[in-house]
Amino acid sequence: MSTATALSPEILAKYQPVIGLEVHVQLLTETKAFCGCVNRYGGEPNTHVCPTCLGLPGALPVLNRQAVEYAVLAAKSINCEIRETSVFARKNYFYPDSPKGYQISQFDKPVAENGWIEVPAFDESGAPITKRIGITRLHMEEDAGKSIHDGFADSINRTYIDLNRCGTPLVEIVSEPDLRTPDEVFEYLTRLKEILLYTGVSDCNMEEGSLRCDANVSVMLKGAKEFGTKAEVKNVNSFRFIRSAVQYEIERQIGVIEEGGRVVQESRLWNSGEGRTYSMRSKEQAHDYRYFPEPDLPPLVVGAEWQAEIFKALPELPEARRARMIEEFGLNEQDAATITATRDFADRFEVAAKKAKSPKRVASILLSEITMRLRAAELSDEQSPVSLDGIVLAADLMEDGTISSKQLKQLLDSSFAENKDFPEIYERDKPQQISDAGAIEQMIDEVIAANPKQVEQYRGGKKTVAAFFVGQVMRLSKGQANPAMLNELVTKKLDS
Amino acid sequence: MSGQSGVTIEDVRRVAELANLELTPEEEPRMQRDLNAILGHIAELNELNTSDVPPMAQVGEMLDGNAVHTHGETLRADLVQPSVDRAAVMASAPETDGRFFKVPKVIER
Ligand SMILES: [Zn+2]
Repeated sequence: MSTATALSPEILAKYQPVIGLEVHVQLLTETKAFCGCVNRYGGEPNTHVCPTCLGLPGALPVLNRQAVEYAVLAAKSINCEIRETSVFARKNYFYPDSPKGYQISQFDKPVAENGWIEVPAFDESGAPITKRIGITRLHMEEDAGKSIHDGFADSINRTYIDLNRCGTPLVEIVSEPDLRTPDEVFEYLTRLKEILLYTGVSDCNMEEGSLRCDANVSVMLKGAKEFGTKAEVKNVNSFRFIRSAVQYEIERQIGVIEEGGRVVQESRLWNSGEGRTYSMRSKEQAHDYRYFPEPDLPPLVVGAEWQAEIFKALPELPEARRARMIEEFGLNEQDAATITATRDFADRFEVAAKKAKSPKRVASILLSEITMRLRAAELSDEQSPVSLDGIVLAADLMEDGTISSKQLKQLLDSSFAENKDFPEIYERDKPQQISDAGAIEQMIDEVIAANPKQVEQYRGGKKTVAAFFVGQVMRLSKGQANPAMLNELVTKKLDS
Repeated sequence: MSGQSGVTIEDVRRVAELANLELTPEEEPRMQRDLNAILGHIAELNELNTSDVPPMAQVGEMLDGNAVHTHGETLRADLVQPSVDRAAVMASAPETDGRFFKVPKVIER
């Protein structure tokens, strides 16, 4: 990553960055916010349009009820208070991808305010903490169309406009300036996206622009009371770049101040190719949107009863689910975090965990053996040849000591290679298992005789050496010794 | 706008800039005169005492006898309606390649 100027860590340490985020999220409704055109990414240009979203004179907007329900659900999931009566407003600006000459948004009476989410962070001593990031507001608005500046023969003097996206319902989620580091910004976005995905109101697909982020960044001397002048970094449209973009902007501003200059209030565009931000417009040229209440839409009233109905759709959210999984299934933090990363995966796991003898065993098979093979074969979770019941069977066989971990790996390899479910492969290949105590003991004796040094270590008190003997015998048995019996007999033999 | 003194030439230029309009030197004083005249008409409304009247931005809800809809009763169900035929849309467009609207090159401002 390039930096604005070469600044020493000592200089950087003098300053306190202050960051707030504005996140735009497209809602997964069937139709647009104010007309019945289909709300779908892409499509032949200008085929998802009608008089309303084309801004033709006389066409009137009618608000999509589902968009309201999604907005309220999203607001609830980030702990906002719902405003019973909110008001739509016109945000006036002239740009060809906004044919009405204004965007319908909400201004002084947004649908929700005063929320928060919690993110993992570090305190000044470097100890991990949970930090609460305030959410100022969540409001509803409509998206603009798409301007295409390049790629056509006459792109040098023509801009092409596709209005398919125009009128797509959005919520804008504005955070308090509570974020202090690029890492906190990343965590905030990650958590926010995770929560919104759980609610199902958006697919949060950054590549398709269904989640977009602008960052308000300023710096001040540590201990200062007043925030510095902020710049708005726009167009940070990938998780990969958010940290670099914010870090670049922090260092640029510190560089400006250290050189005796002043940070100007402006919008800056992040260019991921060059790893830097560019000035778009300063405050002197800033837009003045001249907001006024939208005369074509009555105030939106979401009464207590309707709110309660909407809240019923609120699922258990990621944080709560993680805590419960740790409690209920004895998972560790890391596994619980991986399993709950998406609601789908967590659901899959829970169905299996409840059927199996050991949920922890299911977690380990799912997270290591299955995930590893899916990745190697470039398959999605849904494409896995091993069903949930297959995983349950595998976990139970392991738990009972009926198959060894080596046998499990072989069976799963076959399952993936032949694209057949685990139970089918197991029934067919049912690995030979040596459950004859005498035969196992004989092999143990052999291994003990061949490794006097390790026997001495064990008997000298280093009990962990037992694992070495188990491994050796397992190898001798070509992975066929009954693991439970083997464990027991090795200890018995060594202790005798 | 600059308070009591009415619309200044600077106000006219700023509003024109926000509206992406380029006014000629002759047009500027004319716009100033028109805007001041319009504001003068509107100013008559200020003679009414509205301190007891709740702000209202539109009249639609008065059509059905001031009924308050708290459950989204008047909102639109999320059902897809056919969009309009692109050829018909583009027939009215000032400039098109048949698929896109074309406009003079846009420079972000
Ligand atoms: Zn439409």
